[in-house]
Amino acid sequence: MREKVEVINTDLKKKKEDLKKKAKKRSQIADVWKRLKKSPAAVIGIILIIIFILMAVFANYIADYQTDAIKMNVVNRLQSPNKDHWFGTDEFGRDIFARIVYGTRISLFVGLISVGIALTIGGTLGAIAGYYGGKIDNMIMRVLDVLLAIPTILLAITIVAALGASIMNLMIAVGISNIPGFARVVRASVLSVKDQEFIEAAKAIGARDHTIILKHVLPNSMAPIIVYATLKVATAIMATASLSFIGLGVAPPTPEWGSMLAGGRNYMRDSMHIVMFPGLAIVLTVLSLNLIGDGLRDALDPKLK
Amino acid sequence: MLKYILRRLLMLIPVMMGVTFLVYFIISLTPGDAASIILGDGATEEAVIELREKMGFNDPIILQYTNYIKGLLSGDMGISYDTGKNVSTEIIARFPNTFKLTVIAIFLSVVISIPIGVISATRQYSIFDNIGMILALVGISMPTFWIGLMLIILFSLNFSFFPSGGMDGWKSLILPAFTLAIASTAGITRTTRSSMLEVIRQDYINTAKAKGVSRKVVIRKHALKNALIPAITVIGLEFGVLLGGAVLTETVFAWPGIGRLMVQSIQTKDTPMVLGCVIVFALSFSIVNLIIDILYAYIDPRIKANYS
Repeated sequence: MREKVEVINTDLKKKKEDLKKKAKKRSQIADVWKRLKKSPAAVIGIILIIIFILMAVFANYIADYQTDAIKMNVVNRLQSPNKDHWFGTDEFGRDIFARIVYGTRISLFVGLISVGIALTIGGTLGAIAGYYGGKIDNMIMRVLDVLLAIPTILLAITIVAALGASIMNLMIAVGISNIPGFARVVRASVLSVKDQEFIEAAKAIGARDHTIILKHVLPNSMAPIIVYATLKVATAIMATASLSFIGLGVAPPTPEWGSMLAGGRNYMRDSMHIVMFPGLAIVLTVLSLNLIGDGLRDALDPKLK
Repeated sequence: MLKYILRRLLMLIPVMMGVTFLVYFIISLTPGDAASIILGDGATEEAVIELREKMGFNDPIILQYTNYIKGLLSGDMGISYDTGKNVSTEIIARFPNTFKLTVIAIFLSVVISIPIGVISATRQYSIFDNIGMILALVGISMPTFWIGLMLIILFSLNFSFFPSGGMDGWKSLILPAFTLAIASTAGITRTTRSSMLEVIRQDYINTAKAKGVSRKVVIRKHALKNALIPAITVIGLEFGVLLGGAVLTETVFAWPGIGRLMVQSIQTKDTPMVLGCVIVFALSFSIVNLIIDILYAYIDPRIKANYS
């Protein structure tokens, strides 16, 4: 009888602790959110990015892909903004607003996936280098020095030039060119926690290296990585547009902001709107992510608590 | 000091070896047969096979690479597939144009950004600071090529103050240089401001103020000198962004530099030319960072002390 009660008791205790843990985790996020909300710049950024995400998700409800964004309609070519075509039409008579809406999908998708690639590979390399140190660290960092010696966008251009222009290759190129940056950031934040006592404690109870890295080191060094990743999605979107602009990205007639600008260039003397709006779409998306990144940096900084 | 410079120079060699190998390897992934590209569509099968043998395209990649490096060390970067001209001569002819553009752009951004960053930091949260920081944030959010297009619309199509492209006198340099300078100006301003803010909260600044040193001298001598160290690092990193931006700016303004050469060569699948351009860009970037590192040692006595 007594044993049973004890078992139930420990069970209850465990549950209580679990609940406490959950509450603590939630409160940490809530805390950051509370501080993020205080910054008007970050709030503007969040509202903007939500609008863009909604545009990307509900693009089919806003405009029809085939008839509005792709189909050439030469009768309507180069119209200035009017009530039928809010942002005017391009050199083939396609609705620029519809093309921008569908372009959001490509930009956000490529931005996120390429940062995902860079974060996974770069992050793993950085975590290994930072955690083990010594020869392994030296070897990884020397290889990354080589990648760092080539300016990011030039490396991306070289890779797409070799692999051929497609959305897939664009993501790979932008992803690879961002690997060294992520490796450095993750390595630095791993270094900042790896000598602390709780890591030593984990080692003392015989935890394996990868458990320590994944469960103890990384969760405690997330802040700078989150900030960096947010800012890098912004630069990845910019890189995507840049590569498409020089003809190394998404093939026409797929609506992509950078290739819309490349196509519209020859008509900008008389139809300024054709290069104005796709550019504004890029600026607003990148700006919103930069605002959020800056806001997160302040919200996650324990010194500013 | 000399020891430090020598050490940094030696460190450049393995990095450049790595860069050439990596870029050579990536470019060699390009699909398509080089021999048929050189000879064009009308070539006979025999001619293609013969040329392939002659140019060493059948050799293993490592052998091709070592041959390339041998040539590179004597200044030979091969022959353009497209025009048949010597790649090195072509690049050397275009290099001064890119050099002029980037140096003027980095000069502009340093001259504009450091004062704005310092004033913003010393008057934190003032109107000047707020407007400056909003502009800087917008500045880093604008793609270079779009800035270029907007400046062309504004200053050359609407008001025809400046030519919209080409290289013809100092007037044609102004728009591309400003286009290229905007992003790095914004970046350096932000770093200068934040490192300045960090420095002016330090104790030694209070000490200097307490001693009765005038505000101007405190800012210029005590604070700025220390705040410049991170700013200089960023100038080095921004130079990489600037070289990438040069590719786009030169494309927008039809500026006859290496960036435009590279984009054109990519379109014609002229791999030796692309390879040469990327290597020259990477080498310039490494040399700029070497200069920055040496500058560091001059500014920061702690580094100098390590190597004296």
